[in-house]
Amino acid sequence: MEDALPSGVARVSLRRRLAPLWPWLIAMVALALPFAVDSFSLFQLTMVLIYAIAILGLNVLTGISGQFSLGHGAFFALGAYATAILLEAGAMPYLLTIPAAAILCLVAGYLIGLPALRLKSVHLALATFALAIAIPEIVKLSIFEHVTGGVHGILVGVPPVPPVLKQAIGVDQWLYFLTLGIGFGLYLMSCNLADSRTGRALKALRENEVAAASMGVATSRYKAVAFAISAMITGIAGSLCALVVQFVAPDSFPFQLSIALLVGLVIGGIGSLPGALAGGVFVVFVPNIAESVSKGLAGAIYGLLLIAIIFSNRNALGRH
Amino acid sequence: MIEDYTRRFVISAAALMVASRSSLFDGFRSERRSIRVGHTTAYSGPASAYGTIGRTEIAFFRMINAKGGINGRPVDFITYDDAYSPSKTVEHTRRLVELDKVDLLFHQSGTANIKAISDYVTRRGIPTLFVATGASKWDDPARYPRLMGWGPSYASEAATYARHALATVPGARIGLLYQNDDFGRDYLSGVREVLGPGAAARLAAVSYAVTDATIDGAISSLKASGANVLIIAATPKFAAQAIRRTYELGWRARRYLSAVSTSLAEVLRPAGLEAARGLISAHSLKDPSDKAWARSPDLIAYRRFMAEWNPGGDPESAFNVIGYAAASSLVAVLSRCGDDFSAENIMARTESLRDVEIPMLLPGVRMTISPTDHAPISSTRMMRFDGAHWELFGGLVDSAAPSRGAPSEHAQ
Repeated sequence: MEDALPSGVARVSLRRRLAPLWPWLIAMVALALPFAVDSFSLFQLTMVLIYAIAILGLNVLTGISGQFSLGHGAFFALGAYATAILLEAGAMPYLLTIPAAAILCLVAGYLIGLPALRLKSVHLALATFALAIAIPEIVKLSIFEHVTGGVHGILVGVPPVPPVLKQAIGVDQWLYFLTLGIGFGLYLMSCNLADSRTGRALKALRENEVAAASMGVATSRYKAVAFAISAMITGIAGSLCALVVQFVAPDSFPFQLSIALLVGLVIGGIGSLPGALAGGVFVVFVPNIAESVSKGLAGAIYGLLLIAIIFSNRNALGRH
Repeated sequence: MIEDYTRRFVISAAALMVASRSSLFDGFRSERRSIRVGHTTAYSGPASAYGTIGRTEIAFFRMINAKGGINGRPVDFITYDDAYSPSKTVEHTRRLVELDKVDLLFHQSGTANIKAISDYVTRRGIPTLFVATGASKWDDPARYPRLMGWGPSYASEAATYARHALATVPGARIGLLYQNDDFGRDYLSGVREVLGPGAAARLAAVSYAVTDATIDGAISSLKASGANVLIIAATPKFAAQAIRRTYELGWRARRYLSAVSTSLAEVLRPAGLEAARGLISAHSLKDPSDKAWARSPDLIAYRRFMAEWNPGGDPESAFNVIGYAAASSLVAVLSRCGDDFSAENIMARTESLRDVEIPMLLPGVRMTISPTDHAPISSTRMMRFDGAHWELFGGLVDSAAPSRGAPSEHAQ
């Protein structure tokens, strides 16, 4: 018992010494994976990254500014449709459709955010939920059918690998690296946002709205900005999803998608930006695991796994 | 903090291991290789009713394996839940092709879901047989050389009703009640195709949503439009309401009923057999709840299968008949493949099926496939409900013929 203490101290200090190495280790694994796994697993990993980006977007809203959204699946769908429709029209090269989708979702997020964010947290969650339910129905409307393809959706061609990389990597690897790069960029941007003047204003909003307002923070404008940036990041994830899955249809974006993103957010830890990755892993793999255990009880097993992970991970949840 | 991430990383890694375990054991399979059949459908989500078909097919291949398999090989029927989401269908289809290394894909469901994988399976050259959608665009061997549907398309079925009405009802004005989704809209385009440019004057189309509580309002407005023909393009619950409502209103229009809703047990008895008298439909499958077939050998075999291998399923359900007949169709293909289950041989055997009898098809309806004809079951029989049974009349109706060569995207 007596020598337990020194070894414990040693372990902590070793861990502390290793701490700066973690990001490098993760980066090396992330860069090496595409050359180590088969193309299907790589596709799944790309989907993990895409959902991680979408959850990152939600985290900017919930983690930094303290607002809740049950409707981010709508922005995911908007980004995906923007890319698919632009490609279908042959309007621009596919790489440019990603920033186009981002700008569209930024503007849409701001416009929807302005009125919606006058609502208090729970009511805001419901208002955004309405958005998530409405989007698939709107896409199906016959007046938009010639653009959206209605219930039948739009096929997106396989995005070509840039000529300079063609010799070295295949399509699945290219899409993985593209998603990884964009995701990393958005992660850095979110970290910077959290530490910026805007970020501090948003955190003040999260902690106490009245106090923030009395300190001179324009609450509804800042909330709308947070909502817009959050919608933009999630929209970029949707745009990447269209390129990777190469198909969009209303049934790909049911309101359950918004719930799945929220579940991923809570699993990864609200306010924990790297936790978005854990959330992405959960969103992609846990439904498959639940189904592989039992088809009839897949929903119940999903719920059990969710509860098990929440309890095994309890102290990480809700951390800012 | 780091500890949290470590733990989360361990959980994620464990999840990855479980998810990819199927690939780890690829090398340990027996040398007498099984026939690997891939399948996706909605076991959960908004269209989970289709899961019934998948469960029947699981049970069917268990029975086949218990009887010694096909040509001495067991069938490995691998089925995944896509919850009707096309992006999930893409993921599972890639898993089936790239990890599970299936020999063919079979009876995957949903028009949008099939569209989502159509380019992928065509690029990969995987036989994708008997997809379960009512869209007619999969009968296009030039564009999709290894993809095909199974039953007659909804649009061609609707065209059959419209043509029959024009030929037999003087001054026909058609009212169409349709479900506002890809299923219902295919009927709308089928009727429009037959009516041609003058459709607007002779057609009153009213839609309902699956979430509607009742369709009484829609029936009333169709009656008020002055229609003397009513085509009911509805799923069972709404079809029963429509049959009942038209009867209560005393509306004496000629009524046609979509084939998906012809079940006595699920539709006609709930609506009232008297209310259902005079309905006309065009179908290719037998209804197990119709006593007319009680003594036919295929129905006896079907009932024995349901009792022994699928006791949880309702033998009267049309979905179980579809699963049974579609799986039987696949057995017809695979049993002709000898010992060669390469994609090329599977396609060659499939495309040389001529007039093959499949259990549970109506008398005279047979399966025919060729390199230029990818509509396996393209004919139907017309039938009229006499108050107790569906009575067949007329000969075979070749429902594929009129839509052949027409623009393939019916609903767009």
